Amino acid sequence: MPAPLIEMRGISKSFGAVVANEAVDLSVAPGEILGLLGENGAGKTTLMNVLFGAYAPDAGEILVQGRPVTINSSADALAAGIGMVHQHFHLAPRLSVLENLLIGIPGKSGRIDRAGGLARLREIGRQHGLTLDPDLPVSALSIGEQQRLEIVKALFRGARLLILDEPTAVLAPTEVDGLFSALRSMAAQGLGIIFISHKLNEVRALTHRCVVLRHGRVTGRVDTPASTTSSDMARLMCGHEIVPPARGPSTPGAPVLILDGISTSRHSGMALRDVSLSVRAGEILGIAGVSGNGQRALAEVISGVLAPDAGRMTIAGKMVSRFSPRGVQALGLGRIPEDRMTTGVVTNLPLADSMVLPRIGTAAFSRNGLLRPDAIRAFAEAQIKAYDIRCPGPMTRAGALSGGNLQKALLARELAFDPKVLIVSQPTRGLDIGAARFIHEKFLDMRARGCGIIVIGEDLEELLMLCDRIAVMYEGRIVGTLDSAAATVARLGLMMTGAEGHG
Amino acid sequence: MSVVLEQIFQVGFLAAIIRIATPLAFATLGEMFSERAGVLNLGIEGIMLLSAMTGFTATSLSGSLWLGVLAAVLTGALMGAVHALFTVALGLSQHVCGIGVTLFSSGLAYFLYRLIFGQQSVPPSIKSFETLPIPVLSDIPVLGPAVFNQFSLVYMAMAAVPLAAFVLYRTPWGLSVRMVGENPRAADSAGVSVIATRFQAVILGGALMGLAGAFLSMVQFNAFTFGLVSGRGWVAIALVVFGRWDPWRSAGAALLFAFVDALQLRMQASGLGHIPYEAFLMLPFIFTIVAMAVMSRNAVAPSALLKPFRREER
Ligand SMILES: Nc1ncnc2c1ncn2[C@@H]1O[C@H](COP(=O)(O)OP(=O)(O)OP(=O)(O)O)[C@@H](O)[C@H]1O
Ligand SMILES: [Mg+2]
Repeated sequence: MPAPLIEMRGISKSFGAVVANEAVDLSVAPGEILGLLGENGAGKTTLMNVLFGAYAPDAGEILVQGRPVTINSSADALAAGIGMVHQHFHLAPRLSVLENLLIGIPGKSGRIDRAGGLARLREIGRQHGLTLDPDLPVSALSIGEQQRLEIVKALFRGARLLILDEPTAVLAPTEVDGLFSALRSMAAQGLGIIFISHKLNEVRALTHRCVVLRHGRVTGRVDTPASTTSSDMARLMCGHEIVPPARGPSTPGAPVLILDGISTSRHSGMALRDVSLSVRAGEILGIAGVSGNGQRALAEVISGVLAPDAGRMTIAGKMVSRFSPRGVQALGLGRIPEDRMTTGVVTNLPLADSMVLPRIGTAAFSRNGLLRPDAIRAFAEAQIKAYDIRCPGPMTRAGALSGGNLQKALLARELAFDPKVLIVSQPTRGLDIGAARFIHEKFLDMRARGCGIIVIGEDLEELLMLCDRIAVMYEGRIVGTLDSAAATVARLGLMMTGAEGHG
Repeated sequence: MSVVLEQIFQVGFLAAIIRIATPLAFATLGEMFSERAGVLNLGIEGIMLLSAMTGFTATSLSGSLWLGVLAAVLTGALMGAVHALFTVALGLSQHVCGIGVTLFSSGLAYFLYRLIFGQQSVPPSIKSFETLPIPVLSDIPVLGPAVFNQFSLVYMAMAAVPLAAFVLYRTPWGLSVRMVGENPRAADSAGVSVIATRFQAVILGGALMGLAGAFLSMVQFNAFTFGLVSGRGWVAIALVVFGRWDPWRSAGAALLFAFVDALQLRMQASGLGHIPYEAFLMLPFIFTIVAMAVMSRNAVAPSALLKPFRREER
């Protein structure tokens, strides 16, 4: 085995009372793809931020090619040949691709070295199949392209170790294939790669070796990921078996949500074109499709944020006449938005406030125009307990919660009011298997209690497991709906490219 | 109104526009650099006043005009550094600190002025810069004498606009400034020091504000008075928005404002005397408000404006 490219020894890091990393040892060899696994909040991102110089460790040392180095800033990390693609991209949307690439790169005779940048960009693109249009503003790039830019940025700076923090959470299945082939090509050239993901089948397909973190400590190592089963890995991560929930047969009732010929215009993304669908009580309908094909507009119409130009929508037998979030909510709709941080909670307010926000004007939480802080707190406390939301308490800043816990909080907030229809987007994006299972079980519970659920997602395996029927969206239309018994990943994948299906 | 139209295309009128626009251009460019890096500098009004005072004093005591300009620039840079210390290094509220800088600088300017010059019945004045005709160019009819027979500080302002655009858009440092104003985390993870870049931008901005102050006390009025700046700093803040944080557009905004201001001065003087002169005085400000209301609708501020950067926060 070759000498390690990077070695971390005894790394510890705490945030106040929270111990995020404790005595972690980890090493990566040249050409090796190392998987870093662990539940939400296990400390993966923190550990990588220490390696990348964003956080200062409380204890421990870092060795680059056998020599101890001090990494106090990202500049130090870059100089040591370490590059990182963060969970949330570090790009300036209004600047161009090339400008985002050349930030921090010394110029040529006082000016930005445009020609040199373009040449390197082309070269990297050719080597690993990572091509980008240099003059587009980053805001015009798809998420997959933005990620490509982040990778190119790291390679541009001569990274010999590339850290990717949950790179696949934001990608469509086809984009994942492209990413993996680029990563394999880099590893073949001797780069070391640290790959973080909650999707164990990806980890098994890509990585050469895995390290498992739990509560900030290394609790397991997997030397042959390809021949280790997902459930074994899951056990290492969570400390117990994870059994996939079984979706029993259901007896759907009357339709609780009907969309009839809905079309929209004036939408920043893809608009809807003549969309009709229905969800019955006790049924889970999946909406599959490559993101950007109208899913956001669909979610916005159903949750009352966007009024359609044409078509009708009925919730629990009542026609929606005025589209507003409060109006559809009063008819019995619950909603868990796609982006937890921006449209789900108010990150700077206490968690309790975000948990009652959609219903803050109701008698339960306010009286005579004044809030009832005790009632709000009590509600939040009860939900925190019922859903095992890990946080110091209801008054914690919502933004400080980990992704999984935030998602649980949003779920608790909607389910507490017994919605007749629930619409969720990407319900388990970024969640560990344990948390994902928990969410799935809750959905199946709701289904058994007669709630109609719409799940918008890109993870076809998840949809197949969860849904009774799956509709596929392409370019703002529903191109077909399949019974999930008849659906396969291959067939759905084909329909997602626009091929007609049979309902 | 024909009287007014006649006046517009006169040498004197064009020269007046240029002269009014010069301090505004310096101030606007200064504020723009600061805001492009993500730091609103409400200290501008006070920084201009204090620099005007130190510039005037240095010249008055030494007899050298350029020494005065240097003093004003250094004063501006120093006050920029003070603002950066509070808002960038300590991450305090940019609004509160900016207003604090304005109050402090204004108070200090009055205090020092009184301390040095005492209470005199005739305010002391200096011999101002003289105009510097540029050969050939100043012979162009109308435009020549108005634009190319000006003070050296005016030429500096003219050069400052393309220079600012070059620095902002073509140099690595300018890119860093724009990046820390849009997404400081991105700059940080690319190895750029957010704190240092913001400090530099705010200090450069302060120095430009100092030039604006120097122009007022050493070219426009040849004296220091307490009402010297009279809101030009606040106008510059509006002009930055109007100019969408771009050097060329900001300078254009300054010219437009100067045009309206020069126009109202002419109108005051040109026999429309039955209207109280205060009505004319309002004109440029009404223009600013209307222009802001119209333009700022689709103007997008630097994303990280007003947001302090702390590395370990998420
Ligand atoms: N900047 C911070 N300030 C305070 N606490 C933090 C900070 N960053 C992380 N933590 C805490 O440290 C712990 C580890 O968080 P970290 O983000 O490293 O987990 P993770 O393994 O990346 O989880 P996920 O899979 O959800 O991304 C969590 O309890 C988290 O709340
Ligand atoms: Mg993480």
